[in-house]
Formats: sequence, structure tokens, C-alpha cells
Amino acid sequence: MNNPQATDQVGELVAVSLRTIVPDIDPAVIDGDAPLQEEAELDSLDFLAFVAQLSKRSGLRIEEDDYGELGTFTGCIDYLRRRLGGQG
Amino acid sequence: MTEGTLLEWLVGPGDAVRKGDAVAVVDTSKSAVEIECFDSGTIDRLLIEEGTTVAVGEPLAVIDAAATAPREPAHPRADSQAEPVAPSLEPAERPAPEPSPAPEPSAAAARALPQASPNVRKLAAQLGVDLRTVRGTGRRGFPTRKDVEQAAGRTAERTAHVEQREPERPSTTATSSGRRITPYARRLAAELGVDHDALPRDRVVRAADVRAVAADTGGEERPAEVPDDVRPEVAVPREPRTGAARTGMRAAIADAMARSKREIPHYYLATTVDVTETLEWLRRCNRDRPVDDRIVPAAVLLAAAAAAASTVSELNGHWLDGEFVPARSVDLGVAVSLRGGGLVVPVLPDAASRSVAEVMSWLRGAVQRARAGRMRSSDLGAASITVTNLGDLGVDVVYGVIHPPQVALVGFGAVRDRPYAVDGLLGARSTVQASLAADHRATDGATGARFLTALQHHLHRAKE
Amino acid sequence: MRTSYREALRAAIREALLADDRTFLMGEDVGRYGGCFAVSLGLLEEFGEQRVRDTPLSESAFVGAGIGAAMAGMRPIVEIMTVNFSLLALDQIMNNAATLRHMSGGQIGVPLVIRMTTGGGRQLAAQHSHSLEGWYAHIPGLRVVAPATVADARGMLPTALEDPDPVLLFEHGGLYGTEDDLAEDAGAVDIDRAAIRRDGSDLTLIAYGGTVRTALQAADVLAGQGIAAEVIDLRTLRPLDERAFLDSVGRTHRAVIVDEGWRSGSLAAEIAARIGERALYELDAPVQRVCTAEVPLPYAKHLEDAALPSPERVVDAALKTVT
Repeated sequence: MNNPQATDQVGELVAVSLRTIVPDIDPAVIDGDAPLQEEAELDSLDFLAFVAQLSKRSGLRIEEDDYGELGTFTGCIDYLRRRLGGQG
Repeated sequence: MTEGTLLEWLVGPGDAVRKGDAVAVVDTSKSAVEIECFDSGTIDRLLIEEGTTVAVGEPLAVIDAAATAPREPAHPRADSQAEPVAPSLEPAERPAPEPSPAPEPSAAAARALPQASPNVRKLAAQLGVDLRTVRGTGRRGFPTRKDVEQAAGRTAERTAHVEQREPERPSTTATSSGRRITPYARRLAAELGVDHDALPRDRVVRAADVRAVAADTGGEERPAEVPDDVRPEVAVPREPRTGAARTGMRAAIADAMARSKREIPHYYLATTVDVTETLEWLRRCNRDRPVDDRIVPAAVLLAAAAAAASTVSELNGHWLDGEFVPARSVDLGVAVSLRGGGLVVPVLPDAASRSVAEVMSWLRGAVQRARAGRMRSSDLGAASITVTNLGDLGVDVVYGVIHPPQVALVGFGAVRDRPYAVDGLLGARSTVQASLAADHRATDGATGARFLTALQHHLHRAKE
Repeated sequence: MRTSYREALRAAIREALLADDRTFLMGEDVGRYGGCFAVSLGLLEEFGEQRVRDTPLSESAFVGAGIGAAMAGMRPIVEIMTVNFSLLALDQIMNNAATLRHMSGGQIGVPLVIRMTTGGGRQLAAQHSHSLEGWYAHIPGLRVVAPATVADARGMLPTALEDPDPVLLFEHGGLYGTEDDLAEDAGAVDIDRAAIRRDGSDLTLIAYGGTVRTALQAADVLAGQGIAAEVIDLRTLRPLDERAFLDSVGRTHRAVIVDEGWRSGSLAAEIAARIGERALYELDAPVQRVCTAEVPLPYAKHLEDAALPSPERVVDAALKTVT
């Protein structure tokens, strides 16, 4: 459930995924609740690449239907935690 | 440019390479560019270490080509090929050039010529130089590229004098190009490495014609090629006298857009396209594709634009010397904005014959390369029509500026759910506003309207 | 201060007479009449007959007298009413003024300034409408200048007076009434360099004297068509400021020369030749010359206008170079 260590790991996963796409961004200064695409200046291709990174690193297949939950940085963390919930 | 710095080797001794493979990354003054090699074979040895600055023309490595051909080095190409490898300037500095064919030297002529490397033979054929008359200063007495270029330069000089004496009659002497070309244009062609065969035949060639072809082939100003005795005596300042030093991408964009608005009478049309079913289809496709291979809506829009440009071909081509010259294929320029400002326009050749998946695959790579400042020379070709997609930035409709000498610019706004009339009732549909900016010298509104109708048609019938 | 070209010349002559006792003005009708073009109006009253001298109607005689005075250490300003009449003094100018320093091995100098009115456009017909600056610019031993602006009319004369060798100063008859703002303390200007009167990047219009205005008018018309013409005022015709027009052509790659002389063997021909010699590889089009039609200049206004270089003809020539 509320495993702080798991949250940190997931947070780190999302941060690394984002940095891979946008190397000049410091995830620490991202407003977790602001629209991610605007915060990080991601266009549709960047966002797809970001999702691909999340997918690869988490081992989950992320459907386009789920994009709605990935609108913010916090949202991405929550989404992955939920889907990974059973593990770690 | 006269030199570049070798940043990184992408191959090593013993690696097999094919024509077109990226073999090295070279830093130019504006960005890093991947060098593609022109020959297939095995890398025998690397001649230059990473971090070294080398002059254009200096060999970087030795490729052991297939057994029958003589050994020849791979080096940054600075001549007038259709796909030069020399680190080129930003594509944004050359908005949209005239497409030009790469002339093939006749095989029969090549067989009859004395021993020389295939590159040199090809160059000689292009410049109209008889290799038998060239004194070779290369290894084993082979003629080198410089020998051929100097021979061509001397011929060019004689040609210039002939043409100056008889300005009104078409030249009947067998000159290096058989064309009338102004002295400045001739010098520019030598500096930019423009092949005379690519220049217009039906009129006196001007500097503007040479620049158009050079933009197409990705050449750059290189003063080194002109022999000393024909170089102008006057030291000429390169910058305009009054303006502040205008360099770089911003200046190039400024020039191109100002010229566009100055010269091209734009007309604008737009239409709202219901893409609900298109997106449905896309979602279904993507469910069966790995996340890495997912197709974004932008790719579908590009593919549809290419198909429409193929159907309404009056919008696919260039306005040159007072008339519309249709392009042979739809070479789709895609405007890519760079983080921190600026624009590059990589070009997808023959876009209309590619599937949506192929378009996506190219798009992903091209945008990545563009944003990383690692454009390939094969990205920097001539566009016959350009698309600008600002949908990701949230705008509804784009009123664009045509990139001369193209005659049209297609714009897409954001794909959104909007109120829409469906069967007489107000509903919500996913729609996108597609716009067309077109050159009124080349087409009228009716043609533009047909384009948008075709675009709509292709969007509705999207398939992989 | 709003000043006319005529007033600027007058101010320059006046200043010269005040500054140097060796200077005097002489010519036909310069004194009691105040000058054929009213340039020296009031100067006789101010400076007296010794300094402002009316001469007999004989160009050869009074130009010769001026040469003699200069050789003897004075600094005369000789006014020949128009360049048309200077032909009567050509032998004096070419064979004496221009040549004495050479022939005397440097022992004799002729620090003479000759002012002449030149050009057509005022229906003065065949014998009184010549533009012969090009001929004089052909002669070694002379400096030839052509002020086209009020500032140059004011400032070239003092500089010319300081020259130890003869200087011919050509004033286009159509410019006397032109006005411009001039600083109260406007003074001497150089007579060595051309001036860019208008910046441009598409082509270079090269003009002097009366044709500078024509070129500027043409440049306005061209600007309306999106063509930016650079206008060069040569200012000095001998020696020519080559660097100025060669640099300009180096930037614009196209040249149109506007010269009120007849085309054949004109100053325009000289400039075109130099461009061909020194900047051939910059040219993106043949050099164009807009000159006076090769006819004795007509009296009838419409014919005269048709013969002289006009802004329309300059625009046509310019368009030939860019299209």
C-alpha cells in the first residue's frame, strides 16, 4: 500500500524517463500538479517518447486510453504506483 | 565552411559500411552533422582522431571498397553532388530550393578514361573535364579532385571570356557547361560546389539560380575552390553595410520570411475536418503496436497532406523565373520547432508513396535529430511543399508563411473535441482545422479548395 | 539653416575672400551683374573691384590671366560662365594649367580653381547644354569635382583652394535653386571620396552632379517595387574614388551608371571599364549606362527631356539588371 520506498522508486523512474527525453530539465523543480506537457514543453512526439520510456522502465504496456492519467508529474507517479501496486 | 571538427567516429577499422551509412559526427559552426559515406566496403583505417579540426576535402578514413575498385578514401564531400556529405549549414538558411537531378556520368565515357578513382572520374564528367588533359598530382600520378577542379576553372575562365564577347547569341562553343552564366554566378557556383548541369539552360544563369541549386544540394560558401588568377582583386565586405551583423538561424529565418511576404501574394483557406473516426482507427492500430512504434496523429496528418499534394499537384512544386515548375514527387518539408527558439525543416522525400507507419518512423527520427542538432545531410534536401503543425502548442488554426520558392504551406491546428453538427443535432467530435497558404501567382482559390477537399478525403480514408 | 545651393556657393566664395588676401574672383558678369546665376550677388559691393573682377568676353584671355596670377602666387577663382564656353579656353586649361608643373619639372605650380556651370535641361539648346566633365576628367594634371548637394557646394571650394594644382569645380545648372538644411558652421569637406547617398543591397546606381537627383528619384521608384538601390554620388571625377563603387558593386552585384554626358567615350564608359577590370566576378548582370542620347541637345522641351537621363530610363536600366 503506502510503501514510501516504492513511491520513491516510482518517482525516480518517472524523473529519469523525463530527463531522458528532455535532458535540460531538472525534475526537482517541476510543479507536480501542473500540466506536464506545458511544464516540460513536450509535444506529441516527446510525450510519446516519454510514455515509451515509462513503459520500458516499468515493464508495463501503457495504452493511449490511459494518457488521461499521465497529465501531471504526480499523476504519472500515481498511475504507475497503482499499476505496479501488487509489486514491491 | 572551410573546416570542421571531427567529434566522434561511428565506425572503426574492420566495420562494414554501406553507402549512406553514418560514419562520423562532425561539428560545424552551427550544429553537429552526421557524415554519411558514399561507398560500400570495409573500413580499413581511420586517418583522423576524434577532436581534430580538419579542412574540407581532407580524407578522414580509408575504405577498402569491393575488390575490383581501387582503394579510395572517404572524405567530407565538398563538390556538387545531389547529396553532399560536407557538414552543411543549417537547413533554415536555405528555405526551399529547386529540386535538381544528380547527373550520371556515362558508363561508356568512364571506361574510355584513364585511371582515376571513381569519385574523380565522376567529378570530371560532371565538370566536363577530359581527364586525359589533366596532369595528375595524386598518388601514382592519378588526377585528384583538385586537379580536375582547376582544369574546370581554367575552362570556366575561357568560357567567361567567350560569353562576355557575345552576350546575345547562345554559346556554340563546347564549354564546361554550355551555358551563359554571369561572372558572379559562375564564381558562386565554384564556391558553393554547384554542378553546372543542375543550372537552368534556357536563360542567362544568375546568382539567384546558383543559390537555389546550392540550397538543394546543401552546399556552402567555400572560397578555396577558385584559382588565384580569377579571384576578384577587391576585398569585399560580406556583411551589409548598414544592418547589424546578421548571422545565424534567426537571421536566415528573417530573410526567408521577409522575402516570402515581399514576393509571394499569399491567399489563405481553411477547413475543419472531422477526424473522430480517423483517431478511432489510429487507436485501434496502436493497440496492436508496441509502445515504441505507436503512431501519433501528426503522422496521419502529414501522410494525408502528402497524398493531397500528390492529387492536387499544382500545389507541389516551385515558382521559378515567373512560372510554376511542378516537382516530380512530394518531398514533404516538416517544420520542426527547436527548444529555445528557431526552426528547422527536415524533408521526407517521396512522402506520398509512404505508409503512415513509415511516415511516423521518419518523423520520430527526424525530429529527434533536429532537436539534438544532429541533422543528416539526407534530411536537408529540397522540399516541394511544407507542413507546419502547431497543434501541440494548442493553437486552433495556423496562418503560415510560404517558404519560397515553394507555392504552398499546409497548416494544422490542435486536434480537439469541438461542438459539431451530427445528424442535425449538436454533438462533440474530434476535429482539426487544416489551413492552406498558397501563392496566388501559381494557383487560384479553387485549386486551394480542391486541395483541402483532397486532404479531408485522405484523412477520412487513412489506413496503414 | 535652410540654404540654397547658390547661397552655399556664395558663402563659400565670401569665406574664401575673407580668409585669404591672395584669393580673388574673376569672370564674365561676376561683379556688377552679380553673376550669371546670381552666385556672386553682393560680393562686389562687399569686397571691391580688386577682389571681384569683371572680365572681357574672352575665355582664353581671362583663364590665361588666371593661370598667370596663380603662377605668380595668387589664389584666383576663375568663373567660366558655362562649360560650353570653356572650350574657348581648353588650350589654356589643358596645355597650360594642367601641364606647367610637369613641363617645368615642378618649378611652377598653378593653384587655380575654375568654376563652371554645366549640364542641360533648361532649353538652352545644342551649343549651351553640354556636360563635358567627362572630357576634363580625362586630362592628367587636373582635379575635377562635382558638388551635387548644398553641403558640397559650401565645402568643396575651400578645399579646392588649398590644392597647389588646378581644380575644376562643376556646378550643374539645375541645382542652383535646390535647397537643403545646412549647419551654420558648415565648412570645408573633402574632395577625395565618393559618398553613398542611399543604402541599398540590390543594385548600385552611380551618379554625379545633376544626375544624383535623378538616381535618387529612380531609387524611390525601385523601392516601391521592392528593389533596394544603393546610390553613389561620385563627388570627385578625377581621380575617381574607385574603391567606393567597386565595394558597392561587390555587395550588390549590379551597376547602373547615370551620366549626363553622351555615352560614347563618357565617364560612364570609364567607370564601366573599371568595374569590368576590377570587379568582373562580382557582376550578376552587364553594367548598364544611362546617358544623354547621342544627338546635339534639342531646344524643344519634350525632345530635350527625352534626350537627357530621366528617372524612368534609370528605372528601366535597373530592372534590366535585376530580372
